Amino acid sequence: MQSKSHGVVHWKLQRISAVAMIPLIIWFVSSLVFSLINGYDQSINWLQSPLNATGMVLLFGTLYFHAASGLQVVIEDYVHNEGLKIMSLILIKLLSVLLGVLSILCVLKIYL
Amino acid sequence: MAEFALPKHSKIVKGIDYPINSQAKNTKKINVYRWSPDDDENPRIDSYTIDLDHCGPMVLDALIKIKQEIDSSLTFRRSCREGICGSCSMNIDGTNTLACLKSIDEVKGDINIYPLPHMEVIKDLVPDLSKAYEQLTSVKPWLQSKSDPEKGKSRKQSPKEREKIDGLWECVLCFSCSTSCPSYWWNGDKYLGPAVLLQAYRWIADSRDENTEQRLEELEDSFKLYRCHTIMNCTKTCPKGLNPAKAIGEIKKLQLERR
Repeated sequence: MQSKSHGVVHWKLQRISAVAMIPLIIWFVSSLVFSLINGYDQSINWLQSPLNATGMVLLFGTLYFHAASGLQVVIEDYVHNEGLKIMSLILIKLLSVLLGVLSILCVLKIYL
Repeated sequence: MAEFALPKHSKIVKGIDYPINSQAKNTKKINVYRWSPDDDENPRIDSYTIDLDHCGPMVLDALIKIKQEIDSSLTFRRSCREGICGSCSMNIDGTNTLACLKSIDEVKGDINIYPLPHMEVIKDLVPDLSKAYEQLTSVKPWLQSKSDPEKGKSRKQSPKEREKIDGLWECVLCFSCSTSCPSYWWNGDKYLGPAVLLQAYRWIADSRDENTEQRLEELEDSFKLYRCHTIMNCTKTCPKGLNPAKAIGEIKKLQLERR
């Protein structure tokens, strides 16, 4: 966790994912307002467009990556018990991968 | 885990009140953190009321007056009394600053004085800075160069190059910034802190120094450098008006360019 190269790479990826999420979130929220409040069938329709499905996959990927790297920093800051720290870092990584894959599969299931 | 409450033995209790005896009209109450390693007592707040008509304008003047006229056991560091030596850094009215640069008039109501936050206390207002000095030594805060200057001459630097270390060389190493930084509070053993990082950048930015690459390499560490979360307390508190947060930002920028 404290390898030399981890510093700048982690910092860079955290910032890139943050910037990437700005258009994705704006797009998602405006879709919520304009398309997704029109009921179940409309929403399924919306997700079946390749463009929208791509957007959702990208959003979920970036979201869980960003959340995991942010939580990692919080844990490194505040958890000083070495064992507990490593445990919670692994748990967060696993959980974010699990939730990320699950979310993306849900999108694909509707799309395909 | 990070500690959010003081240990039982560090809880502050009410101390001695030294009221003013004379008929002075222009008075100020000064509450000072007191702790001595010589007894087994908890830290306490002593209150001294002083006559401002017979006192210099700065908080340091008030402390010296208290030490000379009321309580000679009051312990604090001071030397130059003009913001150059960096000795009298302490927490005044909730902000880390130099007692010699903080005027008494600036503080409304009582003046509360504590040692620099989250450092071990040696006595009263004197914090143990040995760890911070060790960290400073670790960034090798001196000119490193393989080449020798021309015989009998000093190393050349253009005015433009010299400008790059403005806002950096003025640092007096009072550690007001580092001890105001929450990241330094929680991880001060591994994170270098704003004061030391500003010093590191002072030599990185110096055109005469030839060890820039090595310096950057040593700082490229998730704890030494990247515990800075741009909270900006350092810049807000600096009694010399410097901007350590910017210096850290510049180091981060250079780290990106190296990759």
